[in-house]
Amino acid sequence: MKAFAHLLERLAFTAARNAKLRLLRHYLQATPDPDRGYALAALTGDLKLRAVTPGLLRGLMAGRVDEQLFAMSYDFVGDLAETIALLWETDGDEDVPLREAVDLLSGTGRAGLPAAITAMLDRLGPSQRLAFLKLATGNMRVGLSARMARIALAEMGEPQVKDIEEIWHGLTPPYQPLFDWIAGGTRPEHAALAPFRPVMLSTPVDLDQLRAFDPALYVAEWKWDGIRVQAINDQGTRRLYSRTGEDLGAAFPDLLEALNFDGAVDGELLVRRGPDVAAFGDLQKRLGRKVVGRAMLNSHPAALRVYDLMIWQGQDLRDLPHQDRRAMLETADFGSDRIDISPLLPFTTWDDLAALRADPPSIVIEGVMIKRRDSPYVGGRPRGPWFKWKRDPMVVDAVMLYAQRGHGKRSGFYSDFTFGLWDGEALVPVGKAYFGFTDEELRELDRFVRTNTTERFGPVRSVAPKLVLEVAFEGLNASPRHKSGVAMRFPRISRIRWDKPAAEADRLETLKDMIP
Amino acid sequence: MRPDQILHPTEAGLYCPPGDFYIDPVRPVPRALITHGHADHARSGHGAVMATQQTLDIMAIRYGADFTASRQPAQGVTRIGDVQVSFHPAGHILGSAQIAVMPDRGPKIVVSGDYCRAPNPVCAPYEPVPCDIFVTEATFGLPVFRHPDPLTEMTKLIASMAEFPERPHLIGAYALGKAQRVIALARQAGIDGPIAIHGALQRLCDFHVEQGIDLGPLIPATAKSVEAQLVIGPPSAFASPWVQRFDDPVIAFASGWMTVRARARQRGVELPLVISDHVDWPQVTQTILELSPQEVWITHGTEDGLMRWCELQGIASRPLRLIGYEDEPE
Repeated sequence: MKAFAHLLERLAFTAARNAKLRLLRHYLQATPDPDRGYALAALTGDLKLRAVTPGLLRGLMAGRVDEQLFAMSYDFVGDLAETIALLWETDGDEDVPLREAVDLLSGTGRAGLPAAITAMLDRLGPSQRLAFLKLATGNMRVGLSARMARIALAEMGEPQVKDIEEIWHGLTPPYQPLFDWIAGGTRPEHAALAPFRPVMLSTPVDLDQLRAFDPALYVAEWKWDGIRVQAINDQGTRRLYSRTGEDLGAAFPDLLEALNFDGAVDGELLVRRGPDVAAFGDLQKRLGRKVVGRAMLNSHPAALRVYDLMIWQGQDLRDLPHQDRRAMLETADFGSDRIDISPLLPFTTWDDLAALRADPPSIVIEGVMIKRRDSPYVGGRPRGPWFKWKRDPMVVDAVMLYAQRGHGKRSGFYSDFTFGLWDGEALVPVGKAYFGFTDEELRELDRFVRTNTTERFGPVRSVAPKLVLEVAFEGLNASPRHKSGVAMRFPRISRIRWDKPAAEADRLETLKDMIP
Repeated sequence: MRPDQILHPTEAGLYCPPGDFYIDPVRPVPRALITHGHADHARSGHGAVMATQQTLDIMAIRYGADFTASRQPAQGVTRIGDVQVSFHPAGHILGSAQIAVMPDRGPKIVVSGDYCRAPNPVCAPYEPVPCDIFVTEATFGLPVFRHPDPLTEMTKLIASMAEFPERPHLIGAYALGKAQRVIALARQAGIDGPIAIHGALQRLCDFHVEQGIDLGPLIPATAKSVEAQLVIGPPSAFASPWVQRFDDPVIAFASGWMTVRARARQRGVELPLVISDHVDWPQVTQTILELSPQEVWITHGTEDGLMRWCELQGIASRPLRLIGYEDEPE
């Protein structure tokens, strides 16, 4: 695990993509099986271990370190696993195989886990302790995507990235057949029916950028505000995957039952009642449920709106141009009224499209998608063939009310803010977001908070209501749980308005008027 | 005499009324005793300065020969007014000393200044000085700080230089002490070739060499193209156009703060090297247990953690809350 810990440390601090790729490739080349396979799975999020909870970790420290010293340390370090790794007292410095750590975390029962983790920590040096705890909590945060991991694999041998992506979801850690194939052996076959196939993603665009392109080469359609999915029926095996390959089927049995076709299609998962697509909040109610009750199935029926055909009746269409796939899509029979297709938008110029985007026919539309007519279906996020042109976010000017010190990169800086809007003479909190993209902003905001603190509540400071923050957000829901009566979706601070007096910030009524 | 009649904090720094002098004052005073040459402890403009010969030399290099009206090299036990003082190695940087203050009647106080107990090839090792009151720093006064063997950090550096042979490795290290220690450690770790140094390091490196410390071949990192894979510069230079001459450099930083990942990230460091010239948690707590003073005074740093530890041990402690000293000074 020493090499793995070293790799994690280097990846965590290395920003450049090519340097990350080299670090990973060197590690994979130098590390024997099965450790390298487990490391790869840990980095790509494919290692399904029992996630150790923060509560369990805190419990390990009870009696080892004085509570106050622990609290001061955690506050300083800003990360629980890292704090524990640093505080753990041991002379251990063993190079424990990664496989042993994985076996421990996957094979130990709940009751025995604290003792097993303690015994493991006693054997390890500081950076291995951190690696082990990150493995245990399932949170690597080293900024390495599964796609980058596959690029590093492709650099090791003959198989191309797309060949590897094709079989990736049929493989399980520690990937011995994959490494054998890369080393010159035979290609592993799909282990299962209905495998996930890499989804094609788009890059953001705006009107100025679009003007450089010929609109005649593109088609456009609405970007529906549901969940992007891949729906498959492969010889009777039905699957519903998220765009990252998570199996969503259990939460949507009604839709699985409706996949009466032979193929793999790309579309948007929605809640739809007859012709009416419901707001995202309705879909959210169905997400993450292990069992869905009959009442919920009736009141929140799942539906699929198809964008594209990947495999259809035994034929892989992905290398065909988009217009050919689209032609087949328009004549396809999906065998269920839960499934329909996403219509194309009529436009001749980009300004036509801008006019459509400015006034969509439904609130469940996030903007428009723009796709090149000749684009093949390529997994990943290739630059160019597909664009998303999202609707402009809504904004309000709010007043900073409370500040909390951030964690991670923002550790030590007051960078998490609660902000409010005027309701009569009072400010009512409406949301929370962090800010500070540059070190300069982090410092300025931190200084503002420290010099304008009026009260302290543990890690939270109440600040004089002086600073106006421009808050952008993607949507609004009425919410009886919030004091303000509204909940923002994806709120983020888009600008600091040092220039604007707090009295001129927006009123709560203004926000409420924006609820669809 | 009560302890705080012998030494107490003032706005100018720690003041000793019976001897009428200040220790490491942050503003000009008639008489100053200086523990070591870092800029926040050793300032120019005092009427008289008493320090180790090496610290006096360093101050002259940094501020010019006229940094004070009168220099007095510390030697043995010296009487100043109604107290006697003596200087003892602190193991922090070249010339660094602890100052013992001994009144004719009353407790003996040792002001450690900044100190370190890890072996350091560029200075004399820390010497424990028995005392009634121990004045300690608490730069790394939390139990998360356990500095590793600096040679293992060098192994990381060497591995990175091999993994990215085409990329220059730039190490940020404070110009006095840390820079020379990093160079000496690199030599110990087997890096024999030329090491390039930023111009701000030149005179201080020369001084170390004059004092008999071998730093190996050093070349200036000021030319348009620098013929060395390893480059050392002061942290301030990393925000200046000086860095632009290096193609895709690996930015490293040598500091005890690099223990904490968020700190390394805030600095934009790609290769954090945990190399510290200050006591870490085991060292500071062991030192207090070893000296077993009646009272511990804490000058600067994360004093809350160390005070809590003293409380748990039943050792009397108080923070001096001195201002004007940096976390880890240059």
